[in-house]
Amino acid sequence: MSFHPSSDVGVWVAALLTLCIFSFLYKDNPFYKFAEHLFVGVSAGYYIILNFWTVVVPNLWEPLVKSFSAPGGPTAVELGDYRIWLALPGVLGVLLFTRLFGRIGWLSRWSLAVIIGVYAGLKTTGFAQSDLVSQVQASLVPIFTGSFWPSFNAVLFSIGLICSLLFFFFSREHKGALGGASKVGILFLMVSFGAGYGYTVMSRISLLIGRLQFLVEDWLGLR
Amino acid sequence: MSLVRTLETLDRRWIFLIVGLLVLIPLIWPLPLPLTVSRRVQGFHDAIESLPDGSTVLMSCDWDPSGKPEMQPMTRTALRHLFSKNCKVVVTVLWNGGPGIVDEQLRFVADEMGKKYGEDYVNLGYKAGNEAVMVLMGQSIASTFPRDIRGGVTADYPIMKKVRNYSSFPLLVSISSGYPGTKEYVQQVQGRFHIRMIAGVTAVSAPEYYPYLQSGQLLGLLGGMAGAAEYEKARGESGGATRGMVPQSFAHLFVAFCILAGNGVQWLKRREAHA
Repeated sequence: MSFHPSSDVGVWVAALLTLCIFSFLYKDNPFYKFAEHLFVGVSAGYYIILNFWTVVVPNLWEPLVKSFSAPGGPTAVELGDYRIWLALPGVLGVLLFTRLFGRIGWLSRWSLAVIIGVYAGLKTTGFAQSDLVSQVQASLVPIFTGSFWPSFNAVLFSIGLICSLLFFFFSREHKGALGGASKVGILFLMVSFGAGYGYTVMSRISLLIGRLQFLVEDWLGLR
Repeated sequence: MSLVRTLETLDRRWIFLIVGLLVLIPLIWPLPLPLTVSRRVQGFHDAIESLPDGSTVLMSCDWDPSGKPEMQPMTRTALRHLFSKNCKVVVTVLWNGGPGIVDEQLRFVADEMGKKYGEDYVNLGYKAGNEAVMVLMGQSIASTFPRDIRGGVTADYPIMKKVRNYSSFPLLVSISSGYPGTKEYVQQVQGRFHIRMIAGVTAVSAPEYYPYLQSGQLLGLLGGMAGAAEYEKARGESGGATRGMVPQSFAHLFVAFCILAGNGVQWLKRREAHA
């Protein structure tokens, strides 16, 4: 095994900042605080510049400017040029900043109303199509398929589905048959929570592996 | 009972140290561990494999540096897979921390496979708006992303000449770390525009996508680093995800031991209290 440390300054900065963040595992310290504050500051600046150059300029500013120089001017909607309408979302975007000025801060609610309204509509239709209709359709599976394991799987799935739904039925006290079914439902739910926890552990360990891979392979060049 | 007392008051930093060593040591001295390809990963592989050579594919890479260990291996392997079939890849990013790191993956794989920007692939970069962007792309990709990540006019690239909206793509590949990502693409795009779709997601979010897999809304799913490692195996590659599987297994065994030990200590304490 031999060391081949990176000669890239960027890799060294990333490695030292990683170690600064890892130092928090021992206890809170100035190195961790430095890396944390640096991250917050750099991220905020990066996101502002990114949104300005990739959203505001190409999707709002440039089309608006072009609409003024187009034949017929900015109001030539009869020519099929509707770019001037982009001024409306532009104004709504500016109104969001009125929150910074106390007395006219209420104007930002108009923009928020549009945002909430649009997203509520999009989410509702998307959810209804993909999570309700499609899932109900996929749950209506034939129980007896002719072969043992697919049938066993379908029966198990149906029991799990019905019992889990019954657990969330609160209009009657969970006693008798309903109580038994809801207990079975709890078992299925616990299995799903366990799987969720297992996947969470896997995800977090993966992040650690990724950082240590970076330190061992990219930074130190251990081979 | 002294062992119980010791475990009960154990400084958690010892656990951090042990997990760190269990991950670090196998990275330096790797061990061969068997790996099998699951049906969901095979589905992901087969969906790309079944594409006609030269197809144009939409790949949405919705992740940022925080998801790099899980997302990078699957992004690179999927790109290699698509390029090996001479597919043309149109990449979008809906995470504001993502454009730079996703472009790095694209350049890396494209250079490796001799692919040309604008002809074989294009990175349309980041666009704010989450679900609104997804729906807008259903009308026109070029007007939703007027300029690509390099500042060029999107519609001018040769790869974009035949691309109008989702109907131009036989497959949507969603590599996502969370919101907005795979779930939103299923809700807003797959159901609405009926496009075939596969996904690579972080392990922490993988369980919520299994219903989509079972219903056929997703044809294949890569769940976290393990999913990426299986995909690498299916492709005959050995990348970062495969190297990460041994440390992952050791760390999981230790976490399982900690859960059992923690429950054991609580059980002994309760028994002691009743005695």
